[in-house]
Amino acid sequence: MVLAETLQGPSIPWVELIPILSLLGGACFLLLIGSLVPNWPRRGYSWVAIAVTSIAVIANAIKWNNLYYNKGATFFADAIAIDRFSVVASITICLSVILGALLMSAYLVRMNADGPELYALLLTAAIGALVMVSANDLIVLFLGLETLSLSLYLLAASNRDREQSQESGLKYFILGGFSSAFFLYGVALIYGSTGSTKISGIGQALSGSISIIHADAMLLVGIGMLMVGLGFKVSAAPFHVWTPDVYEGAPTPVTAFMASAGKVAAFAALMRVLLVGLEQRVDDWRPVVWALAILTVFTGSILAVVQTNVKRMLAYSSISHAGFILVGVEAAGHVGGDGIATAMNYLAIYTVLVMGSFAIVLAMSGTTDGETNLSDFKGLAKRRPALALAFTVLLFAQAGVPLTSGFVAKFAVIKSAVEANSYVLAIAAMVAAVIGAYLYLRIAVSMWLEEPTSEAEISIDPAVVIVIVLAVAATLIVGFFPELLLHATRLVRFAPR
Amino acid sequence: MHASFPILSALILLPILGAVLITVVSNKYLELVKLIAMLFSIGVGGMSVWLLASFHSHDAGFQFVSQHEWVTSWGISWHLGVDGISLFLVVLTGILFPLVILGVDPHHDHKRYLAWLLLLEAGVMGSFLSLDLFLFFIFFEIVLVPMYFLIGGWGYDKRVYAATKFFLYTMLGSAFMLVGIIATAVIARHDVGYLTFDLVTLAEHASFATNTSRWLFVSFAIAFAVKVPIFPLHTWLPDAHTQAPTGGSVILAGVLLKMGTYGFLRFGLYLFPAAAVWAKPVLLTLAVIGIIYGAIAATMQVDLKRLVAYSSVAHLGFIVLGIFAITSQSLTGSVMQMVNHGISTGALFLLVGMIYERRHTRQIAELRGIQAVAPIFAATFMIVMLSSIGVPGLNGFAGEFLVLIGSFQSARWWTIVAATGVILAALYLLWAYQRVFHGEPDEANSSFAELTLREGVLMLVFIGLIGFTGLYPKPMLERIEPSVDKLVAHVVSHSDYKAPTTPQITKVGE
Repeated sequence: MVLAETLQGPSIPWVELIPILSLLGGACFLLLIGSLVPNWPRRGYSWVAIAVTSIAVIANAIKWNNLYYNKGATFFADAIAIDRFSVVASITICLSVILGALLMSAYLVRMNADGPELYALLLTAAIGALVMVSANDLIVLFLGLETLSLSLYLLAASNRDREQSQESGLKYFILGGFSSAFFLYGVALIYGSTGSTKISGIGQALSGSISIIHADAMLLVGIGMLMVGLGFKVSAAPFHVWTPDVYEGAPTPVTAFMASAGKVAAFAALMRVLLVGLEQRVDDWRPVVWALAILTVFTGSILAVVQTNVKRMLAYSSISHAGFILVGVEAAGHVGGDGIATAMNYLAIYTVLVMGSFAIVLAMSGTTDGETNLSDFKGLAKRRPALALAFTVLLFAQAGVPLTSGFVAKFAVIKSAVEANSYVLAIAAMVAAVIGAYLYLRIAVSMWLEEPTSEAEISIDPAVVIVIVLAVAATLIVGFFPELLLHATRLVRFAPR
Repeated sequence: MHASFPILSALILLPILGAVLITVVSNKYLELVKLIAMLFSIGVGGMSVWLLASFHSHDAGFQFVSQHEWVTSWGISWHLGVDGISLFLVVLTGILFPLVILGVDPHHDHKRYLAWLLLLEAGVMGSFLSLDLFLFFIFFEIVLVPMYFLIGGWGYDKRVYAATKFFLYTMLGSAFMLVGIIATAVIARHDVGYLTFDLVTLAEHASFATNTSRWLFVSFAIAFAVKVPIFPLHTWLPDAHTQAPTGGSVILAGVLLKMGTYGFLRFGLYLFPAAAVWAKPVLLTLAVIGIIYGAIAATMQVDLKRLVAYSSVAHLGFIVLGIFAITSQSLTGSVMQMVNHGISTGALFLLVGMIYERRHTRQIAELRGIQAVAPIFAATFMIVMLSSIGVPGLNGFAGEFLVLIGSFQSARWWTIVAATGVILAALYLLWAYQRVFHGEPDEANSSFAELTLREGVLMLVFIGLIGFTGLYPKPMLERIEPSVDKLVAHVVSHSDYKAPTTPQITKVGE
């Protein structure tokens, strides 16, 4: 009784939760009504998912507008931070959900397995991701991380007819469990040494405004474990080993979602923890990020060279992209750098590229979702020239060829690194990008310069066409007019403490 | 500046428009596709000639400047301009592309071939016209894509290997330059006051610390050295040239390699004068090694096309020698030589391509006695070859002579060694000519066809250019010299370099 009287719950500004609530509502609606009403119109489930996510996008856009003149604030007893950083990350994740739902509908229609479950899981995964990007408390962050991860484990294993899918889900589950344990232990140690689980609270504790127990070793081990946990999620080398297997085995729309939204959420969390919570310890973690970045760009681009499966190739390329984003994170650790903005810029551009690329892989992967070997792409230019051209644009964008969004992303990150005087990192990343380009050239060679091995008609679902057209258009528009995107990401900031 | 019509932007955008049109026209109307390609390339060629005609010959600065904001938050603008250094490269590009499009048959997939060629033309034009570092990098890099597909799609046996090597090699060079470009702009922000990638602003207002400018220069120099290519970064060139289709080789040798030497002039000497002076001995040495090495390697080749490719390494060595000797004459000679090499080596590649069309081999050992069965062909080859050797009266002489005379004043010993390269050039080319054209034709060569009318007209254009610039280089010199003098003055005033004050030598053609 005493407890109930003294414990005052925080005030709840429901308006700030609209994006998460609308996704949650959508997930519940799908599961409830989906099981009660058996015969839905074709693609009906996907429309629900897209509709609720669109509401989330609109709500976030309105928030962005309100945040234009202030830097945002924390709510729910400082557990959730709504700032320009989290809003941009949320919009990126929601875009990835919308495109992912379109791909999912094409995939399920082809598999003849349309149903509400996968869309519901997609939405719950997105909820986890949205919580992660705005979590200002390590426990809340962990909740988001687990919501995202559990949904992804199930999604990865959802193709029951394909053994690799089962294997992928199980592998992701076991390794993901390990990384969560690391993360949680890291949270405990940091709490032990700073007396707070709030990210901004940790920052205050470390800056000395609140007296702390002097437990330096404990704090350092905690930081290390936290970085292992999040490094796993962003697939930074040497924690990347799961990525190729899981990406290859999971259904292609799930891979696309995992590679985009999953990465955005994990990077957003990583940046908030490092730059808000551990800002005072920048000299401790920056060299680690530096080393991770170099290791990741080279691991991703060198190992990609020997792959023969396009999904695995894209998995390795996603690793090397993670390395580039880490270059931005490292730059953000320097005074006066705009690494936060450029890393977010990279994430937004990368999300679109990866969605478009996997959409093409999906179009090519046949009814088993397994025909994704490089040899399946041979002579694509002769069979479907438009598809080959679209893939070429997306691949060259990933390679960082000018006049595509990928170049803008790389240019911005390298610019941040140079402004932060991280020349070695900048040059290493560019050299790795050249090695990585070989991968994209190999796919291009297969498509344009080799003879087709099969004459089978490639039927492309209209939903996939939409995703591809949107992705290619965005790639070129941002490539020619970078200002459009830079204008938004330039303003990305964390809420003031 | 002088004309309200944005001719420089048009030179870049027109070929892109042509490529887009070609892409949307159906494969069924092949003749229409060819007509579009022809009209657009001739249109661009015509505009470049008009540019030449309306260029003010005694104005050393940038003319026809066109500047529009592009990415304001990064200080990037669409800034184009032409001066005496870039003028003739633009004209060469404008003339070479229609000749290639009209004169060389790719045999298959005409539509894609022509679209890539027009895109390539836009990229090359952009590289020569950009006055913004970012813009330049974009064009410099984007050129790789069409060239990659041209080599890979229409080349010979090992085309995929050659195309990939070309792409990755050049991209690796550019990787360093990109970091260098960003670092230049970021560091110069303190001097300029704001972030800008504008070449003229940076060159006039930024002052870099000695070591900084050296690092920056090196990052640019790597990219250009790969592109030129300077020994020992040249290994992509023989492969790319040999495997590329004839049209690709002509463009590659004619204008693409010049992007490297042009880069040294525009972004090396102009932007980092002190560092360029510091790097002078190294680059002069590499240039001279390139001249001798290229010549010896060319002598040893059994494949006629590879021979011409190695001769390019030697010729570009002369150009680099002239650039880093940094005297008015040597630089003028280098710019001339860039254009002359484009004409004569372009023509040589065309002729080698014709030989291959007829005999389906380029092995020197399998060719013999062609002079007896195709005397006009042999005579054409002879003229082009003599121009490449640098025989007085033909175009190759004027440039090479100016380079040697200019370099002798400031880089004596390098020049003495380089001069032997002229003799070696005569050796490998004449020896090749002797083996291919002299003697009695064997059975396979006895049916070697004479030049057709189309080929004849094509070669006549080249021979006309060879003869005109050889006999009357004055109009060219008049336009190049003011800009070159200004560049030398810029280097002298921004470094401790002293241009040699030997008595002015009477200029060729006066």
